[in-house]
Amino acid sequence: MSKSAGFRVAAAFVSGTIFGLGLALSGMLNPARVRGFLDVARDWDPTLAFVLGGAVAVSAIGMSLARWIRKPLLDERFHLPETQLIDRRLIVGSAIFGVGWGMVGLCPGPAVASLSLGLPATILFLAAMFAGMAAHDHRLGVGLWGRAS
Amino acid sequence: MTAYISGLCGGMLIGLSAAILMLANGRVAGVSGILGRLLQGLHTATGAAFVAGLVVGPIVFRLLSGEWPEVVLAASWPVVVIGGLLVGYGSRMGSGCTSGHGVVGLARLSRRSMAAVATFMIAAVGTVYLMGFFV
Repeated sequence: MSKSAGFRVAAAFVSGTIFGLGLALSGMLNPARVRGFLDVARDWDPTLAFVLGGAVAVSAIGMSLARWIRKPLLDERFHLPETQLIDRRLIVGSAIFGVGWGMVGLCPGPAVASLSLGLPATILFLAAMFAGMAAHDHRLGVGLWGRAS
Repeated sequence: MTAYISGLCGGMLIGLSAAILMLANGRVAGVSGILGRLLQGLHTATGAAFVAGLVVGPIVFRLLSGEWPEVVLAASWPVVVIGGLLVGYGSRMGSGCTSGHGVVGLARLSRRSMAAVATFMIAAVGTVYLMGFFV
């Protein structure tokens, strides 16, 4: 591993740790709280709006700094999605994601971070989530069972 | 009130995490994207390090605060499995989840992410509303 690759791994670990700490502090690890935010018609819990607001505000400062620098500190270029297209895949996929998120109150970040608590229900969710990801990627001919590209 | 303050501070940490990953590695802190690439055997070292950090984060919280974060998952096991399948499949198909589209995409003012966030918010709110009639 080259020196900069080692630094990249360290930066990814630091970023992940701060992300997990933020999830724990914010209450986002708690599916009951997340569903309380989504339950706008009954007992609405606005906490998640503060979480998202704080996250997007600080992230936006980082993203505008990124526009100012020619390349990231530890890599040759920024790896950003190239497409701007709002297509059927984006909308249908996001809708499917939203239904699952609403059903349980867990999305990928909190599901992974919850591993630290070792709860059987979140581990089951994580296993099902990986199966869903693999099923999708398998249809595209990439991933676990048939890597084409 | 304290829940709102810790929500805001926790959210700011999540934003800081996304800023660090973008400024240092030039990468989007999207958890479904990182997990998907790990499944495909891409960027395994940095992806695994980010995921390991995600798991360590709540442990750091436990060390600092003296207690584990509250987690109440009331859904029955079939609901957990179906929800997990939908979250996995949908996040890959829609190229992102709450972190990639929500935290990074919105901050970059990506129209694609705005459309994705609006869609999954409406779908999730509708799902919780409808499920309320059955529980």
